[in-house]
Amino acid sequence: MRIIRRTDGSALLRDVALVCLADGIVGVSFGATAVAGGLPWWVPVAMSLLVFAGGSQIAAVGVVLAGGSPLAAVVAGGVLNTRLFPYGLAVADVVGSSSQASGSTGSGRRWLTRLFGSHVITDESVAFALRQTSPADRRQAFWTCGVTLFVAWNVAVAVGVVAGSMMKNTNAFGLDATFPAVMLALAIPTLREWRTRTAAGTGAAIAVALTPVLPAGLPVLAALGGLATIWRPRRPATVRGSGTSGSHRTDSREPDGTSREPGGSGWEPGGDGAGWEPGESGRLDAGDADGLLMGEGL
Amino acid sequence: MPPAAILALAGVTYGFRLAGPLCRDRISIPPAATRLFADAATVLLISLAATSALTAGHGFAGWARPAGVLVAGVLAARRAPFPVVVIAAAAVTALLRLAGVP
Repeated sequence: MRIIRRTDGSALLRDVALVCLADGIVGVSFGATAVAGGLPWWVPVAMSLLVFAGGSQIAAVGVVLAGGSPLAAVVAGGVLNTRLFPYGLAVADVVGSSSQASGSTGSGRRWLTRLFGSHVITDESVAFALRQTSPADRRQAFWTCGVTLFVAWNVAVAVGVVAGSMMKNTNAFGLDATFPAVMLALAIPTLREWRTRTAAGTGAAIAVALTPVLPAGLPVLAALGGLATIWRPRRPATVRGSGTSGSHRTDSREPDGTSREPGGSGWEPGGDGAGWEPGESGRLDAGDADGLLMGEGL
Repeated sequence: MPPAAILALAGVTYGFRLAGPLCRDRISIPPAATRLFADAATVLLISLAATSALTAGHGFAGWARPAGVLVAGVLAARRAPFPVVVIAAAAVTALLRLAGVP
């Protein structure tokens, strides 16, 4: 039975298709809201091709639509995308690295692969790669998801642009509620620890309170001041007392996976903070993969 | 949004992406820095969600939009699928406006 023997490949395609569908709805909403808010059609289209990171696209356009400066939009979007750096470390082996063809002719192609592969590093493609074990499967999963999602996202945004420019009154469709809803859905799974909740709650309060008085865009950047609530001076490693020495801690998570006491741990490594946050090693592993697919995507 | 801003965001984003594969064997990120950036992203997302749900310009946005976003937040906390969350936000807001809520 060919179908049964091909289960793995078709399961991958099915999962990728579901992720593309979910992100596609967000993409349509992004394109429609951007043009309905008065931006020219090429802004969401160019962003989707060149930035290709939904959360930061929505954040940046949200800042601009609220009247904020382009610089504030770039800063907000850029901060959201810092996570792509640890992602790149996690999938470096599948984004065109030394295991591919070597030699002078292979070198140029390897660089092309690496340059394009880097562009399709997303929450979703990294999650699919990390769920696989063998290098070949990792490579296949990463590239299948990355390339398919790139096409799907850009098509969806273009569809949204067309739809948004045909709508007379987008407020009647409640489209303006989709941006905050997407950002909330991205953030909620990362709120598992009290320290993160405190920082986020404080930041949101700062931003809302300052909105009436500051130029648009600045209140959200001022919200980063909420991070001050979770700053703790680094404590000596011996205080934690689990017998590990130096900077190499084995595992500071509770054995049953529950989070630790709220508010106590400052900048200690480990824990269950953001869903896409790497573990103690600073690298993402298979255990982080499902978190990337649980709604934190884009 | 001027083209320069789009290019700047695209450049910053691509830089973060390319740095991983390039630096793989040369550096590792301190976990504290990783957590700081993870928390910064969460703070930004929640603050953007709050301001874009509650405010329009320098004033209050009306009740329909925050109500829709609140429903979306409850659904997201209950791990509803992404499309459900997004469509629910728009639907609740649209229905409230249809009913005359600003």
